[in-house]
Amino acid sequence: MAIDDSSFSSSGISDDDSSRYAHSRLLHLSFFARYGDKGFRWLTGALAIFVLFLLLGVAVSLLIRGWEAFHHFGPAFFWSDAWDPVKENFGALIPIYGTVVSSLIALLIAVPVSFGIALFISELAPKWLRQPIGSAIELLAAIPSIIFGMWGLFVFAPVFALAEPWMNDHLGVLPGIGGLFRGPPMGIGMLAAGIILGIMVIPFISAIMRDVFLQVPAMLKESAYGVGATTWEVTRSVVLPYTRTAVVGGIFLGLGRALGETMAVTFVIGNAHDLHLSLLEAGNSIAAALANEFAEAFSPMYKSALMALGFILFIITFVVLVMAKLMLWHLGKGQSKVGL
Amino acid sequence: MKLINNARYRRRRFWNVFNLSMSIVATLIGLFWLIWILWTTVRNGAAAINIHLFTGDTPAPGSMGGLRNAFVGSLLMIGVAVLVGTPVGILAGTWLAEFAQGKRLGSIIRFFNDILLSAPSIVIGLFIYAIMVVPMGHFSGLAGAFSLAILLLPVVLRTTDEMLTMVPGTMREAALALGAPHWKMIVQISYRAARSGILTGILLAIARISGETAPLLFTALNNQFFSMNLNEPIANIPVVIFQFAMSPYHEWQDLAWMGALMATFAVLVLSLGSRFLIKDRSPR
Repeated sequence: MAIDDSSFSSSGISDDDSSRYAHSRLLHLSFFARYGDKGFRWLTGALAIFVLFLLLGVAVSLLIRGWEAFHHFGPAFFWSDAWDPVKENFGALIPIYGTVVSSLIALLIAVPVSFGIALFISELAPKWLRQPIGSAIELLAAIPSIIFGMWGLFVFAPVFALAEPWMNDHLGVLPGIGGLFRGPPMGIGMLAAGIILGIMVIPFISAIMRDVFLQVPAMLKESAYGVGATTWEVTRSVVLPYTRTAVVGGIFLGLGRALGETMAVTFVIGNAHDLHLSLLEAGNSIAAALANEFAEAFSPMYKSALMALGFILFIITFVVLVMAKLMLWHLGKGQSKVGL
Repeated sequence: MKLINNARYRRRRFWNVFNLSMSIVATLIGLFWLIWILWTTVRNGAAAINIHLFTGDTPAPGSMGGLRNAFVGSLLMIGVAVLVGTPVGILAGTWLAEFAQGKRLGSIIRFFNDILLSAPSIVIGLFIYAIMVVPMGHFSGLAGAFSLAILLLPVVLRTTDEMLTMVPGTMREAALALGAPHWKMIVQISYRAARSGILTGILLAIARISGETAPLLFTALNNQFFSMNLNEPIANIPVVIFQFAMSPYHEWQDLAWMGALMATFAVLVLSLGSRFLIKDRSPR
């Protein structure tokens, strides 16, 4: 409001009672108009900037608390597979390995399934079916992760354990990758954790794929249909190239979610600080180690090592999420509600 | 007709039908997990329901009990988180939508708010542990509530920003042309127009935090007894589920399933409810 408020108050308002009343009211209003506006703008702006400081604060506070471990073990912290709370010898290799491997297994499962779901919703399903199917898949994202964990441990793992002897016999004998599938049929372990993570990130990836598939201009697709392409050929040669960046961005967003997922993994990964080639063996992830051990870690160095793990997890997910957001940058606002 | 029946055409048709069938299979796989998980929760939870659920506190191993203290603790912490996080989220979102359109700082804050939104919740728990639990010297419900508030904040901020941006500029101009100050225009026009959208964001955010477990492990911890004191460890549904599910006692596992059923039910009602609110207001 560029109008100088004083020009109102000093302008020639007549002196009778009613207008004096109006005069003072106007002054009163203009006081609020001047300071209320400025104050409101400052308050909201400060709170918006607070969000930046919150994110910075998370990184800095974890680094400070984890500094003792980083300092004591040096760079070897990153590649040491030690984890001995009694002798206070810690390394991050096993949790980092578990976090990355379980998330990659999750992507191997979630990406094809999500692509199929997005293709079904955007190209195949009749209009009346789109919304219900989309909402149902998104409900998967709403289920608390601890429920996935309980389901995984009590329901999925026993079923999965029945399939593991078959894997030993058939996949375990394959040259090269065979070692990945040889192990005890316990039902829990790295592969089970990866599968459950995969189910959990399906709604995130498929929602983004669906949204970008629906954004492809109809004219592009119709031109391809016009020259006789099949639905699959249109998808492969028109839709996918057109939406490539956003599709990869959606996959990265799912990866970011999988890396930091805690409760579901804690239930089924086995929580063993051992390094195994086999995916059927128990392992550990950063988040699961934190959830299991933090409350019981009494020595300062133990706590610091766990904080350092938390810092590493934060940095890994931060980088992955920044890449995802950059690839999704041009995607319209307010598209995917499931990204929330 | 001869042309159409050649090998190349048949191959193309085969791949088309095959891949589209695969996409139907993928959709069925996705729905299969959803139904399996929901069914498991309902069956185990319903089988374990007993009359003490809302009247008894979490029991010692081997005795009967309910989840009263955990329900109260969760509600208290969620309430405080909403009271703390919602105003911050709404006001910050207001700045982005009303004052920062086209500003570089606005885009930067939007960007990092989305990162905060997807950041692992366990890391937020560690953060609150470092800045609240360590200085105070003990776990507390208040620390739990603050970690939930940080998880709620970015959701509310983002929806407020989006909903206010959708308010037509002409409505704002009409108010400003009548001489209303900017802040008054926002409070009386923009907020009113975007009210149900902002409410949706708050509901979504509550749905998100009511099942969160990881950040509470290092902040609120747990309490076997009934307590409404937010300055000490407090029982809450997610951590009780975690501890009881991992235990070897049958009664505890049953209680964990009951808690799981209640938590899932609450979350699904909240997120379905907010979905209907969205559908009412903004046809996509």
